[in-house]
Amino acid sequence: MNRLAQAVVLLLFGGAILRASFTDLYLRYVKEGLRPFLIGAGLLLVAAAVMTIWYSLRGGGAGHEEHDGHAEHDDDDDGHGHHEPRVGWLLILPVLGLLLVAPPALGSYAAGQAGTVAAAAPASGSDYPPLPAGDPAPIGLLDYASRALFDSGRSLTGRTLKLTGFITPAPDGKPMLARMVLSCCAADGRPIKLGLAGKAPNEVPADTWVEVVGVYTAQKGKDPVNDAEVAYLEVSSWQEVPQPKQPYA
Amino acid sequence: MPPSNASPEAIDWSAAPDNGPPGKPAPRPERRIGSLEVLAALLVLLVVFRDFVAGLVSGAALQTWTTVFVSVLVQAVPFLVFGVVLSAVIAVFVPRSFWAKALPKHPALAVPAAGMAGVVLPGCECGSVPIAGSLIRRGVTPAAALAFLLAAPAINPIVLTATAVAFPGKPEMVIGRGVASLVVAVAMGWLWLRLGKAEWIRMPRRPDLDDMSRARAFWAACRHDVMHAGGFLVLGAAAAATINVVVPESWLQRLADQPVLSVLALAALAVLLSICSEADAFVAASLSQFSLTSRLVFLVVGPMVDLKLIAMQTGVFGRRFVWRFAPATLATAILVGSGFGVVLL
Repeated sequence: MNRLAQAVVLLLFGGAILRASFTDLYLRYVKEGLRPFLIGAGLLLVAAAVMTIWYSLRGGGAGHEEHDGHAEHDDDDDGHGHHEPRVGWLLILPVLGLLLVAPPALGSYAAGQAGTVAAAAPASGSDYPPLPAGDPAPIGLLDYASRALFDSGRSLTGRTLKLTGFITPAPDGKPMLARMVLSCCAADGRPIKLGLAGKAPNEVPADTWVEVVGVYTAQKGKDPVNDAEVAYLEVSSWQEVPQPKQPYA
Repeated sequence: MPPSNASPEAIDWSAAPDNGPPGKPAPRPERRIGSLEVLAALLVLLVVFRDFVAGLVSGAALQTWTTVFVSVLVQAVPFLVFGVVLSAVIAVFVPRSFWAKALPKHPALAVPAAGMAGVVLPGCECGSVPIAGSLIRRGVTPAAALAFLLAAPAINPIVLTATAVAFPGKPEMVIGRGVASLVVAVAMGWLWLRLGKAEWIRMPRRPDLDDMSRARAFWAACRHDVMHAGGFLVLGAAAAATINVVVPESWLQRLADQPVLSVLALAALAVLLSICSEADAFVAASLSQFSLTSRLVFLVVGPMVDLKLIAMQTGVFGRRFVWRFAPATLATAILVGSGFGVVLL
């Protein structure tokens, strides 16, 4: 791959990163906090491409031409040195992935493969903070599961709750409400799953985003994938909603 | 680097004659199809068949694969670029004499010093590979650069904080991770001093930076390292995404109860999953059915040996090096990690 072609690949790669971070595309793959670094990295890649093009078009005096084959210290027995530049072609793949394919956020397939996230005990051993105001009160899946499993739902009783997630089928075919939890990028995404009792959305296809309204129930189950406890929600009503801008919890 | 006679077949990427600068005598009169033309044709085809390409990626498993593949890369890009820029700075702006002064003269002492230097450089493993490569080029003893390579991603403040957050109320996990990783890094550096051979390391040819202006050399080094390390990162991300999709977690369940097997299983998982060192503590925390010792091994192995790193190290240091270095590091990490686990946890 010659330098101009490399510059084009760099330009596309940096451009794809910039485009993903200026739209909300990047939120499908990484956490929101990475955005400034993505923009910085994208700008640097574009700058490297522009400088490469500039230097090769300007040509620099003939005496300043880069001698890339220069520093070869010994002759190759395995042809290793020969392949290296070609590996740069692979950088077209992420460009393709970001600009043409733009795969969706992780959904029920990934949720079904991994065990549910273990609910967390309240910080510093104190009680859970009171639920947010509103009727129904909005609450995250992980927060609900923690309160339900560690606190026997004491901070949940008496309130109507509203949760948003996507539908993923449990091994027995019943729908569960799930959301993927990211700590860094989608590669470490793990699901938080809730069982649904009462008027559960039974006929909805997997991966449909729903907003369910319901109340705490003491019913518990087990996620067969990792034997972790799964909290349940007694559903009173639900409706389909579009996928939120921030698909991960 | 003494200029040697450049063998003609070696110049296959920079010296494509048809795109040479104007004024350079063209060795061949007729235009050959160069990589720029291939690239242009490829891009046109991709845009024309855009829907077809997007349609190929349907089906839940393949879609998940693509998501994980793209996200590993997006996550790694800032760290890769940071590492590449820092390594270009080392290559261009830091004089060789600096390293002789900064590190202890005796190699055996330089190793722990370089390992400790890793503590202050926050970054993912993707960044430390090009930095270590640049250090070796600038005359730092390979043993010290390797200790840095292993230590930097594992024991920097960001990673240790993430570990503390993922394992609340278990500070011994943080201490175990930090100390065990440092021990492995220093041990590998010393092992290299005893057994390592310089000819195992084959750095890729890089544009000869010495007779260029500094700005030009800086951008040439950046370009070269991004293309290079980035290409191998793509390979590693593809492997990691495949493992992520193909290996369901329920397979691991059966191994969790057996002390030795669970350690080996999680070490293997750390190698295969190739999770960023800043995130692996959260994954370890969620593998709650496994013993703390096996999870500590997961945390020690992950930042030092994984598919993504093996691919990148192959690119930067060469195949003969990685064959020896990766398995040796893996074995050391498993032994040291389980040792600390038994004592501490």
